[in-house]
Amino acid sequence: MIEQIDLTMVNWARATFALTAMYHWIFVPLTLGLSFICAFFESIYVKTGDEQWKKLTRFWMTLFGINFAIGVATGIILEFEFGTNWSNYSWMVGDIFGVPLAIEGLLAFFLEATFFAVMFFGWNRVSKGAHLFSTWMVAIGSNLSAVWILVANGWMQYPVGMKFNPDLARFEMVDFLAIATSPVAISHFVHVTSAAFLYASLFVVAVSSWYLLKKRHLQFAKRSLTVACTFGLLASLFVAFTGDEHAFHAADVQPMKLAAMEGLYQGEAPTGLVAVGLMNFSKKPGDDQDPFIFEVKIPMALSLLANRDIDSFVPGIDDLVYGNPEKNIMGVEEKMVRGKLAVAGLGEYKAAKKTGDDLAAGKALTLFEKNSDYLGYGYLDYAEQAVPYVPLIFYSFRVMVSLGTFFIFLFLVYLYFLYKDQLEKQALLLKLGAFSFFLGLIAHEAGWIVTEVGRQPWAIQDLLPVSVARSNLDAGTVEVTFFMFLILFTALLIAELKIMTKQISIGPEGD
Amino acid sequence: MFGSLDWSTLQQLWWLIATLVGSLFVFLTFVQGGQTLLLTLSLSEDEKVLVVNSLGRKWELTFTTLVMFGGALFAAFPLFYATSFGGAYWVWILILFTFIIQAVSYEYRRKPDNFLGKGVYDAFLFINGSVGILLIGAAVGTFFTGSNFTLNDYNLVFWDHPLRGLEAAFSFFNLSFGLFLVFLARTLGALYLANNLGHETLVAKLKNSSFNNLLCALPFLLYVLIRLVMMDGYAVNPVDGTVAMEANKYLHNLLQMPLNLILLLVGLVLVVLGVALNRFTASVRGIWPSGLGTVLTCLAIFFMAGYNNTAFYPSKIDLGSSLTIYNASSSHYTLTIMSYVALLVPFVLGYISWFWRQMDSKKLTLEELNADKKSY
Ligand code: HEM
Repeated sequence: MIEQIDLTMVNWARATFALTAMYHWIFVPLTLGLSFICAFFESIYVKTGDEQWKKLTRFWMTLFGINFAIGVATGIILEFEFGTNWSNYSWMVGDIFGVPLAIEGLLAFFLEATFFAVMFFGWNRVSKGAHLFSTWMVAIGSNLSAVWILVANGWMQYPVGMKFNPDLARFEMVDFLAIATSPVAISHFVHVTSAAFLYASLFVVAVSSWYLLKKRHLQFAKRSLTVACTFGLLASLFVAFTGDEHAFHAADVQPMKLAAMEGLYQGEAPTGLVAVGLMNFSKKPGDDQDPFIFEVKIPMALSLLANRDIDSFVPGIDDLVYGNPEKNIMGVEEKMVRGKLAVAGLGEYKAAKKTGDDLAAGKALTLFEKNSDYLGYGYLDYAEQAVPYVPLIFYSFRVMVSLGTFFIFLFLVYLYFLYKDQLEKQALLLKLGAFSFFLGLIAHEAGWIVTEVGRQPWAIQDLLPVSVARSNLDAGTVEVTFFMFLILFTALLIAELKIMTKQISIGPEGD
Repeated sequence: MFGSLDWSTLQQLWWLIATLVGSLFVFLTFVQGGQTLLLTLSLSEDEKVLVVNSLGRKWELTFTTLVMFGGALFAAFPLFYATSFGGAYWVWILILFTFIIQAVSYEYRRKPDNFLGKGVYDAFLFINGSVGILLIGAAVGTFFTGSNFTLNDYNLVFWDHPLRGLEAAFSFFNLSFGLFLVFLARTLGALYLANNLGHETLVAKLKNSSFNNLLCALPFLLYVLIRLVMMDGYAVNPVDGTVAMEANKYLHNLLQMPLNLILLLVGLVLVVLGVALNRFTASVRGIWPSGLGTVLTCLAIFFMAGYNNTAFYPSKIDLGSSLTIYNASSSHYTLTIMSYVALLVPFVLGYISWFWRQMDSKKLTLEELNADKKSY
C-alpha cells in the first residue's frame, strides 16, 4: 500500500504524539477532577451561604483557570495531529474515528467554552443559581469530552462496529452503538475519569498540606482537605476496581499487551502474577533466557485477573508469537501469511476493477475477505515485530499499580488525622502529601505508557500498524515540528508552573 | 428520518453544516481582529484592559468553533481532512501554532511571575490575529486556486511541493483572500467591542476604526470577487465524476444557483450596513448586521466552491485527484448518524446565545474590572 516505509519518520511521528499527548495529560486530569471539586465547594457555599466557602471556591477556581488555559493550548494540536502526522490513518478510518471527535466538539467543548466564561466572569452578572449551574456544566462538559475521546481511543484498541470497503480502501462504520458502548471504551472511561478525580484530589491535598506546613490559612486548608480527601478516597478505591476490570478486558482483546504488562513469555495454567521483579533486558522472544533476574510471584493471581478463574491458562508472548496449537492459539507468522493474502487480494481486486474484469475482481475480493481479519499482519516483516517493548510496559504497570495502592492509604491516613484534628502536627505526612501530586502525575503517565506502548505496533489493533498509518512526510519535517512543540510546550509549562506557584503563595486572602 | 435520504443529499447537507460552522468561525474571528487592534489602535492602558477583558470572555468560543470545524470536516469529509492536513502540512501546523499561543495569553498576560512577560503574550495575541487569520485565508483560497497533490489508488495523499502547503500564501489570490479576512476580522472586532464596552472615548475610536478597516478590506475583497468570476474553475462531470477546467466556472455557479448570488449580495450589503450604522449613526449595534452578513457571505463563497458539480479541494497537478463533496465524504451510514447528532446544533446555539445575552446585558466597564482581581 505504501511504496517505501520510512521508519525514522514513523518514530518521529510517534515521538511527537507521545510528547504532545503527555504534555496535554499533565493538565487534563486536573481539569476533569478540579472542575468537580470546585462544583462541590460552590454547592456548599450556595447551600450554607457562608462567604468563606465562596472565597475557597474562588481560590480553587483561579488555579483551575491557570491549568485550564494550558490544557486547551496543548489540546488543539491533538485534534489535528491525526490529520497532519497520521493522514493515512485518518483516511482509512476517518469514517469511524471522526465521529466521536466531532461529537466531542459539539457536546462537550461548547459546554466548557460557554460556561467557563460564566463561571469566571459571571459572579456579578448572573444569578447565584445560574452561576452554580454553570460551574457544574463546566465539570460535566469536560468529563463528557473525556467520554468521547476515550470512545475513540477504545475503538483503536478494540475495533468494533465497522466493515472494510475495498473500493475506497477504507473502513466504514456499520454500528455506531457498538462503538459508543464498547466495553473496552467504557472501561477506559471509568478508569481514566476516576484516576483524574484522584489526581485532582492530590492537587488539593498538596496545596493544602503546604499551607498547613507553613501554618497559613489553617481553616481554609482543612476545609479543602476534608472535601478533597473524601473525594480522593472514593476515587482511589474506584481506580483500583476499574483498573482490575481494565486488565480483564485487555486479557480478552489485547493478550499481547497483557503478556507484556506481566513480562510473561511462556504461558502456563495457572499463572502467577509478578508482584516485584527485576527484568532481564537481554531477553528476546523465543530464546530460552529467563525473563527475570529476580521475581516474587503471587500464585494464580494472573489467571484470576485475566480470566476470573484461578486455574486458567494465560498465554505468554512466545505462545502469541509462535503459536500454541495445544491451546488453539494462532501464531503471528501464520497471521502474517494470511495478512499478506489479504493485502494481495486487495491489490488484485483494485487492478481487476481498473481493467473491468469482474470475474477476477470477485475472486480477489473473496481472497481478501477470507483473510481480512489479519490485514494488519500483512504489513509486518517478521513475527517479533508484533511484540511491544516489554520492560517499559512491565515497569510502568507496576509503578501505576503500586502508586494506586499507596494513594488509598494516603487518603485514609489524612482522613484519620483530620477527624482527630491533629493533621497540622504531622509534618512528615504533610510533606509526603505535598509531594504526592507529582506521584499522581507519574501514575497517570505510566498508565498511558502501558496503554499506548503496550499496543505497538498497532495504530488499530491487528488491522493497521503505525508504519502504514503515517503521513507521507519526510522524517526531517516531523523532526522539526517535534522540537518546535518541545520548545513551545516547555516554555508554556514553565510559565504555568511559575504562575501557579505564585498564586498559591499569594493564597486565598489575595482575593 | 435521515437514513432514507440518498447519499448525495446527505453529502450536500453536510457541506452546508460544515461550512456553516466555518462561516460562524469567520464571524467569531472578531476576537482575532480585536487582538490586532490592541496593538495598532493607540489605546491608553485602561482602554487596553477593557479590550482584552471583553475579548477574553469570548475567545474560547471562537477557538472551539475552529476545533468544531475541523471535527465536522473529519467526520463528514475524512478524505479532505486527511489530504489537506497531511498534505498541506506546514500551513496547518503554523495556523495551529498561532492558536496554541493564543490559548494561554489571556489568562497569563497579567498574572505575576508569568515567565515570558506581558509583552510576549500580547505579541502572541497579535500573531494569532494577523498571521493565523492570514494563513487560514490562504488555505481557504486554495479551494479555488487548487493545490499540489496526487492521491494514489488507495486514496493516500502525496504532496508535490517542498513548502507543503505554505506555497498557498504566495499566490496573489490567496494572499488577498487572507488579507481580506484579516481586515474583516478587525472590522468585526471593532464593531463587537463598540457594542460591548461602556467607555465613551474608546467606543468613539472603535466606531471609526470599524469603518477604516472596512475600507482596507475593500480592495482585497474586490480583487477576490473579480478574480473569482473571471477565473477558470474545477468542474466535475456529473456523469462520470471526472474533473476538468471550465472557463468562468465560479461565475456560472453564481448564475446557475441564483440563491447563492443573492446570499452573496445580501451578505455583503449587511456587512457594509453594520459598519455604516456604527459610523454614521449613534448606534453601536452594527456587529449584528455585519456578523450575519459575514456568515452569509462566507456561506456563499463555500457554496460556490462545493456545490453545482464543483471540486472544492482541487489538485492543480492531477485533476483526477481533486476532491468533491461526493468523493471525499463519509459513508451513508456515518452521515446519517452525524445528521442525528446535528439535531443538537440548535440546542447548542440556543444555550450559547442565552448565556451570551445574560453575560453581555450590562456593558463592561472599568469599575467592574478594577473591582475584580481575576480580570485579565
Ligand atoms: C490501583 C491499581 C490500578 C490498576 C490495577 C490499573 C490498571 C490499569 C490497566 C490494566 C491499564 C491499561 C489497560 C489497557 O490499555 O488495556 C491502565 C491504564 C491507565 N491507568 Fe491504571 N491502574 C491502576 C491505578 C491507576 C492510577 C493510580 C492511575 C492514576 C492516578 C491510573 C491511570 C491510568 C491511566 C491514565 C491509564 C491509561 C488510560 C487507559 O488505558 O484507560 N491507574 N490501568
